[in-house]
Amino acid sequence: MRDVSFGQYYPTGSVVHRLDPRAKVVFSILFMVTIFFVSSYAGYAVVALFLLTVCFASKIPVKNVIKSVKAILFIMLFTAIINIFFYDSGRVLFEWWKIKITLGGIDFAIKMALRISLLVMGTSMLSFTTTPMELTDAIESLLKPLKYIKVPVHDIALIMSIALRFIPGLMDETDKIMMAQKARGAEIDTGGLVKKVKAMLPVLIPLFVSAIRRADELADALDARCYNATDRRTKMKVLRLTWKDLVAFLFVAVFVALIFLDKYLLVGADKYIVEFFTGLAA
Amino acid sequence: MQIVVKDLNYTYSARTPFERHALKGVNLTIEEGDFLGIIGHTGSGKSTFIMHLNGLYKLQSGEIDVFDIKLVPDKKKKSDLRRLRGTVGMVFQYPEYQLFEDTVAKDVAFGPKNMGLDKDEVDRRVKRAIELVGLDYDEIKDRAPFELSGGQKRRVAIAGIIAMQPKVLILDEPTAGLDPYGKEQILSLITHLKKECSPTVIVISHDVDEITRFANRIVVFNDGKIMFDLPMNELFRHADELHSVGLEIPRAVRIAKMLKDRGIELEGDIVSLDDLLRAIVAAYNKKHIDKTVEENINFNAFDFGVPGACGREEGER
Ligand SMILES: Nc1ncnc2c1ncn2[C@@H]1O[C@H](COP(=O)(O)OP(=O)(O)OP(=O)(O)O)[C@@H](O)[C@H]1O
Ligand SMILES: [Mg+2]
Repeated sequence: MRDVSFGQYYPTGSVVHRLDPRAKVVFSILFMVTIFFVSSYAGYAVVALFLLTVCFASKIPVKNVIKSVKAILFIMLFTAIINIFFYDSGRVLFEWWKIKITLGGIDFAIKMALRISLLVMGTSMLSFTTTPMELTDAIESLLKPLKYIKVPVHDIALIMSIALRFIPGLMDETDKIMMAQKARGAEIDTGGLVKKVKAMLPVLIPLFVSAIRRADELADALDARCYNATDRRTKMKVLRLTWKDLVAFLFVAVFVALIFLDKYLLVGADKYIVEFFTGLAA
Repeated sequence: MQIVVKDLNYTYSARTPFERHALKGVNLTIEEGDFLGIIGHTGSGKSTFIMHLNGLYKLQSGEIDVFDIKLVPDKKKKSDLRRLRGTVGMVFQYPEYQLFEDTVAKDVAFGPKNMGLDKDEVDRRVKRAIELVGLDYDEIKDRAPFELSGGQKRRVAIAGIIAMQPKVLILDEPTAGLDPYGKEQILSLITHLKKECSPTVIVISHDVDEITRFANRIVVFNDGKIMFDLPMNELFRHADELHSVGLEIPRAVRIAKMLKDRGIELEGDIVSLDDLLRAIVAAYNKKHIDKTVEENINFNAFDFGVPGACGREEGER
C-alpha cells in the first residue's frame, strides 16, 4: 500500500486501471496533442464528455478529478485575467485608460481556462489509474527503439523506478524525523524564512544520512545479487496488449476524429449551433 | 496527576481509498508513577496512540489531558504544546536516526535549548543526562554522534530526551534492532531512569517477556482498541485470548501452564521468569518435605532463552 500511496494513484480495479500502461501513456499523449486543436465550445463539450466517460469507466469520483485542477487554479485565474484585460478583439464592452475588455478577450480567456483545466484533468486520469511502477515499465517499453542508437534505456528505467520506489520511503522518513524533532521541542513550521530554513537542519541532516545509507544498502544488495543491467533481462510482469486496449483505442480515435472534424471540416461547430437555436426562436 | 484519554479516534488518510481507522475509541487513564507496558500486534495502533500523548498528531475526536495540559479537537483553543513536550519525553523507534549535530553534547542540548532554558542550566542538564544513560561525559561530549556504536548512539538519543527532564517518559520499542546484550543494557537503563528522573514510564514492546520484566501494568492493543488493561500479575489469566490475537504468551506463563497440564500446580501469580523460578524452587522444596509430586519433570523441554532473565540481580540494582 505504501508503495503507491505517493502520487495520486486511486485504486478501484476498474477496466481502465487494467489497461496496458503503454496504451494509457499513448492515449494521454494523443489527448494532450488533440486538446490544442479544439477550436469551439462544442469541441470542449466533446472533451468534457470524453473525460466524463473515462471517469465513469474508471470509477474515480468526479470530485477527485476536479480537485486535481486546484493545484493550478492560481495560474489559471492569472492567465484568464491577463487575457481578459489585454487581449483585444471584437466588440468593446468596457474601456478605461489602457484597459479594454472585449468580447473576443473574454471568449479567448474562457477557452484558455477550459483548455488548461481539461488538460490537467486528462493527464491526472493517467496518474489516477496507473501506478508509478507501471508508468516506468511503460516508458521503458515505449523507449525501447532508442536502444538501437545506444541509449541505455534499461538503466534509465532502473534509475526511474528506484527513484520512484524511494520517494514514499523518504517521505515516511521525513515525517518520522520531523516528529522526533518536534518531540524535542523543535519549532519547524513557525517563524520567518531564515528561521524556518535553520529549523529544517535537524530534519535535513538525518534525512540525508538515512538516504545515503539506504542508497548504499541498495547498491550492496544489487551487487550481492550480481545485478547487471546490460544483460538480457526478462520481466516478471510482461506487458501485453489485449482486446480491451483495442476497444479503448477505438474510443480515443473517435474522440480525436470528432475534434479534428470540428476544426477542419466545420471550422467550429458553434456557429451552426447558434444558427440552429436562433432559427428555432424565429 | 494523571494522563486521561477519552474516546480517542484517529483515521489516517481519511476519505481516500487508503483510509485506515487506526484508533477506535480508546479510553485510558495512566496514573503518575505507573510503569506501563503496551503490547499489541503490528499495526494495532500503539505508535499512533502514544504520538497523541505528545501532541504530535492533531486530535480528530476525543479528549486528552496530560497532567492538566488539555488537548481537544477544537482548532481555536491552542494547547500549550511547548509545555506538553517538556512534560512528556518521547523516544521514537530507532531514535539514533534523529541525531544531527556535530557533537554529542550539542545534540543532547537541542531539546533543553528549545525549551528556552539558559545556558548554564542547559549545560548542567546535558552533563547529567549523559551520565544518567551510562556514558562518560568528558570522554564522549565532543565526539561526533555518527562515529559511535549503535548502542551508544541510542543512549545519546535517549539522553537527548532525558535532558528535557520529562515527567513522563515514553519509549517506542526501545530495544528494536539491538543484540541480546544491548537489549539487556537498555532494559536496565529504563528501570534506572524511572527511579532517577521520570516517575512515569510507558514502554511499547513486541516482546512480552521483555515487558514482564518491569512493567506493573499492561495494556494490550488489538485492531485500534484496548483489549486488556491489567495489572501485570493478572495477564497470565488471559493466555488463550492473547494467543488468539496472535500475541506471544510470556514464556513463564507458558511453562507454568505446561506444568499444570502435567499435574504440577505452582503457587502464586506467575508472569515473569523470576516468578517462575521462585515458584519452582518453592514447589521443589515442598516436594522434598512431603514427596507428593512425581519426579517426571524434564527441564530440557523448556527453553530459557532470555539471557540474564533470571540472574538480573547480579548486574543491575
Ligand atoms: N502515516 C501513516 N499513513 C497511513 N497509515 C498509517 C500511517 N502510520 C500508520 N498507519 C496505519 O495505522 C495503523 C496503526 O499503525 P501504528 O503505527 O500505530 O501501529 P503499531 O501498533 O505501532 O505497529 P508496529 O508494532 O508495527 O509499530 C496501521 O495499520 C498502519 O498501517
Ligand atoms: Mg509502532
